[in-house]
Amino acid sequence: MEKQDYISEQIDSLDQREPVIEIRDLHKSFGDNHVLNGFSMTLYKGENLVVMGKSGSGKSVMVKCLVGLIQPDSGFLSVMGKEIKTLDRKTLDALRSDIGFLFQGSALYDSMTVRENLEFPMRRHKEKLGNIRDTTPMVLEALENVGLAHTVDLMPSELSGGMKRRVALARTLILKPKIILYDEPTSGLDPITSKEIIQLMGRVQKKYGTSSLIITHDVDCARVISERMVLLVEGKNYVEGSYTELSKSTDPRVEAFFKK
Amino acid sequence: MAYVLQSQKKIRQFFIEIGELSYFGMRYFKEALKPPWEFRELLRQCYHMGNRSLVLVGVTGFIIGLVLTLQTRPTLQEFGAVSWMPNMVGISIVREIGPVITALICAGRIASGIGAELGSMRVTEQIDAMEVSGTNPFKYLVVTRITATMLMLPLLVIFGDMIALFGSALVENLKGDVSFQLYFNTVFDALEFGDLIPATIKSFFFGFTIGLVGCYKGYYSKKGTAGVGIAANTAVVTASLLLFVVDFIAVFVSGIFFEL
Repeated sequence: MEKQDYISEQIDSLDQREPVIEIRDLHKSFGDNHVLNGFSMTLYKGENLVVMGKSGSGKSVMVKCLVGLIQPDSGFLSVMGKEIKTLDRKTLDALRSDIGFLFQGSALYDSMTVRENLEFPMRRHKEKLGNIRDTTPMVLEALENVGLAHTVDLMPSELSGGMKRRVALARTLILKPKIILYDEPTSGLDPITSKEIIQLMGRVQKKYGTSSLIITHDVDCARVISERMVLLVEGKNYVEGSYTELSKSTDPRVEAFFKK
Repeated sequence: MAYVLQSQKKIRQFFIEIGELSYFGMRYFKEALKPPWEFRELLRQCYHMGNRSLVLVGVTGFIIGLVLTLQTRPTLQEFGAVSWMPNMVGISIVREIGPVITALICAGRIASGIGAELGSMRVTEQIDAMEVSGTNPFKYLVVTRITATMLMLPLLVIFGDMIALFGSALVENLKGDVSFQLYFNTVFDALEFGDLIPATIKSFFFGFTIGLVGCYKGYYSKKGTAGVGIAANTAVVTASLLLFVVDFIAVFVSGIFFEL
């Protein structure tokens, strides 16, 4: 089967799939700066959805609203059937254990070793992991998934940018999340390391069957990883479709993203 | 006119900051009383703040004791009152000089350290990563640091006082042929509970002020990496200024309860 036919088939079948994230008419302003102006999207179970937009178009704000880091001004936000705005802290924390978040700058804790970085979320969600006593096998397994088991006792300052990103991904995976949110996973990395990270994201998705929401402005990343794409322009979803569809668009605003 | 408007803006900003700092302080008490408590992190912070300040406080205390005795000696000699030296030095160090100097040193070392550390964690999204992993960052980072400074400062003050008295005794021993035993006997005879208790209580408040300001400045650090420097700098300046305000209130209040 041709790749394009396969993708079209996948998109047709999306409506029958279970939505894991739903955003409707999301608004967020910082003073006079209206960052999100009615953004809407749906992420389906097992899907890789890429949200593309220029810097400052509100991609990171949108994804932070999803995990309750930023309170939206208005709009509907639901993750796995739970409306974020209505959740108390305890329920939100429990829901967060099912959402992995890979931060743009990795956000590894500087004062902790790689092992402690990975153990940190485990200590917070003991019930989910069945009150395990020895965390080492899980830590090593997560690190092996990203090919960095040998860095377990190093400090983040001893790692390169790409290694940090992979350790951050291991930390994200340690709680076996159902959804992973990637905030600019390849930004600041050289093309080879970016490619490695993209391949790793693909392997993770296959191995754990996660649903992924990828925020990026890296066209190569979108091409390899996306099943569906949403273009965010001026705080709204401007256009939606597969990579092939969007890359052939003659709309100047869409074209601008794909020009090399 | 522009000057008036700018002054108005600065005054308004000053009161806004006082309001926010007060709210931050109230939030500390609210979160500190609510389980779960982060004992492991609290102990780590106590070690960092206490143990690592010992040398600095000790050296400063020793020099203060030496200098105070050397500078006062000629004047007391003139009036034939050199035998009052231990009383004078003991009371002045325990009541005022010891707590204030130790607190100012800690404001420089601890408040700036906390401001820079939390500021950098904010800028690199480590605080957000903590929140997403289901940890209350205010409880984990702020409550532990403020409590540790509150607990450690009185101990550091007592340690600094003892070293300062030792420095003074050394000068008296070398210049006035006064034995260490006689010197310390005279000091302890001169000191009363009314000198020790207010000084110790005052040190708790000094510790609270240093921790609160350092955490507040770091936790709400803005403007990227430049903001980290600003947070560290303003933490020291604000904490030092507030220490004098707290000292004035403490002297005033202890004057009511203990006859000074």
